[in-house]
Amino acid sequence: MLNLQKIKVEVSSKVVVNGISLKIKPGEVHAIMGPNGSGKSSFAKSLLSHPDYQLAGKIVLDKKDITDLAVDAKSRQGMFLAFQHPVAIPGVSVFNFLRVARQSILNDKTVKNRGAELKSVAKFMRELKEKAKTLGIKDEFLSRGLNEGFSGGERKKLEMLQLLVLEPKYAVIDEIDTGLDVDALKLVAKGIKQVVKENNTGVLIITHYQRILGYIKPDFVHVMVKGKIVKSGTKKLAKEIEKSGYKSYE
Amino acid sequence: MSNQHLEGIGDYKYGFYDKDVDYKVDIGKGLSKKIVEQISSIKKEPSWMRQLRLDAYSVFLSKKMPNWGADLSGINFNNIHYYKTATSKKYKSWDEVPKKIKETYERIGVPEAERKFLAGVEAQYDSEAVYGAIKESLTKQGVIFCDTDTALREYPDIVREYFGTIIPAADNKFSALNTAVWSGGSFIYVPKNTDVKLPLQAYFRINAPNVGQFERTLIIADEGSHVHYVEGCTAPVHASSAIHSAVVEIIVKKGARVRYSTIQNWSSDVYNLVTKRMRVDEDGVGEWIDGNIGSKVTMKYPSCYLMGKGARGEILSIAYAGPGQHQDAGGKIIHVAPNTTSKITSKSISKGGGRSTYRGLLQVQPGSVKSKSKVVCDALILDRFSRSDTYPTMQIIEQDTQVEHEATVSKIGEEQLFYLMSRGLNQQDAEAMVVNGFIEPFVKELPLEYAVEFNRLIQLEMEGSVG
Repeated sequence: MLNLQKIKVEVSSKVVVNGISLKIKPGEVHAIMGPNGSGKSSFAKSLLSHPDYQLAGKIVLDKKDITDLAVDAKSRQGMFLAFQHPVAIPGVSVFNFLRVARQSILNDKTVKNRGAELKSVAKFMRELKEKAKTLGIKDEFLSRGLNEGFSGGERKKLEMLQLLVLEPKYAVIDEIDTGLDVDALKLVAKGIKQVVKENNTGVLIITHYQRILGYIKPDFVHVMVKGKIVKSGTKKLAKEIEKSGYKSYE
Repeated sequence: MSNQHLEGIGDYKYGFYDKDVDYKVDIGKGLSKKIVEQISSIKKEPSWMRQLRLDAYSVFLSKKMPNWGADLSGINFNNIHYYKTATSKKYKSWDEVPKKIKETYERIGVPEAERKFLAGVEAQYDSEAVYGAIKESLTKQGVIFCDTDTALREYPDIVREYFGTIIPAADNKFSALNTAVWSGGSFIYVPKNTDVKLPLQAYFRINAPNVGQFERTLIIADEGSHVHYVEGCTAPVHASSAIHSAVVEIIVKKGARVRYSTIQNWSSDVYNLVTKRMRVDEDGVGEWIDGNIGSKVTMKYPSCYLMGKGARGEILSIAYAGPGQHQDAGGKIIHVAPNTTSKITSKSISKGGGRSTYRGLLQVQPGSVKSKSKVVCDALILDRFSRSDTYPTMQIIEQDTQVEHEATVSKIGEEQLFYLMSRGLNQQDAEAMVVNGFIEPFVKELPLEYAVEFNRLIQLEMEGSVG
């Protein structure tokens, strides 16, 4: 279980997240919905120790306190963040990057049960191609520079490919639906559902719109306003918000 | 010196020093008219060269130190050995090269590289070439590859025709210095329509402390010919500075193509002040692939003068500035004829307090109609102690021309590092990955063996510097 306890986040001495507690079990899908400026993305990034944010509170992953671990260690322990704006890293091929990332997890002796040994480069390539195919990512993208010259939709699909390859225990998916057309949105949703089903990953989807929740049925929906969760419920809550907006919560 | 600086030194793998080398000639420290004459007479040069040296020496004295660029105040011209040689002759077989010197080149990997993938090698140790060989098949085709002193003895007419025509002594203080005291360097002549398929390599090594190495290189590619020349350089780490001040002149005749690749890896006490220039005639192609990893200070701006219509010039420059280093590098392109095209790509990495500067000139002279040029500068700054500056100068006097300029500075890339680390890579691996990706456009232009070596060198530097 991922247990977030009284999470408080400051950025440049301003409080943006003010005491959020949340428990996510393996295989569960939670959605946090909120208007712009509610602190959703700050919350997402701070959970992964982004240097711009100061986080207070406690993050416990399967009984291990990981609050103060650096981002790379958190990742190897099983945390994943799908970025709202994935950066480009020219000259670093997707294939090579993911191979090194997988190897980094395997090399971490403090981590247990995180994916099978990498048998060979060729085998890894085959696996990667298979997973890419399910997301509609063409093979040629795998040898291109990471996000280099990728469209918004391609970048988001690549985030999902990383999710499938790294098989995290818990994934935070930050505003994945912005700027996606319906076809891309469906593929992205397919990626999330696949990792939940095959890897029993617990997922926290952060979103402004209800749109993606039409393709992934969340088990729980939380409404976040001004740094706090003001209401929690089931997927019906998302429908209500779609109809009446966030006004009544502000 | 700070500890940071010393840590960097510890990781420089070519910093070893051959202590027991028997120096045959060392004319002592300092520079004077007498020293210049002495160098000329040791070399038994014709009187025109002796006069050229003396004239250049006067120019050197009359010119002030540059008041721009890197800090050169650490240079003491009186503390430099201007001519120092360990051998009285040059060898054509590694077996004959004195053991100590041969071992040095073996540690650097030169004989092995020669066996594997080079068409010819020149090896210079301090002031003189100690080894030189070229594949027989090339000699038969009339290709000349030797040190410039040998060329002056054996092909005096060609040397006299071109020497100093591309870079006159008066070009700048250091070209004057080089012309006055030059020794060694490479001479290449490629006859018409001759394609030298494998690279020719020169390997420059400074061994003794406080040595000045002043090689003089002259490359002439006759019409329709092609050659790729590669130079590599290393030096031991001494506590006092050495100076490397080369002049490289290249003539690319009609339809010829010359590529000049440099992997500069001097130790962190070398001042590297080099003037490099190409003249490119009609439909010729001149390319500088210029990698600077080492040295304390580098000031180097390889240039292409596009003199004939349809000529093309390309400069790909990459610099890594670690602790205590200032890489002031870039390139110059001068369009003089119609339909000429050029591209400058500059990439710099600063880390651990290092400083990199891009300094470039693009000039399009009147009459160079339909010319095209593109300048791209990227700087990667790996931490907040480091620095990068860009000084692009553009003088576009012809209207009918197309010029593009892009400059990006990424403070890496903190977001790039965070992204990679969020996938489990530790900081060191993430930095190395970003840097390797950043230099990839440069590395892919190098022959495979150099590409592997270059990546490894950058890796070593990254590990050694504090950031």
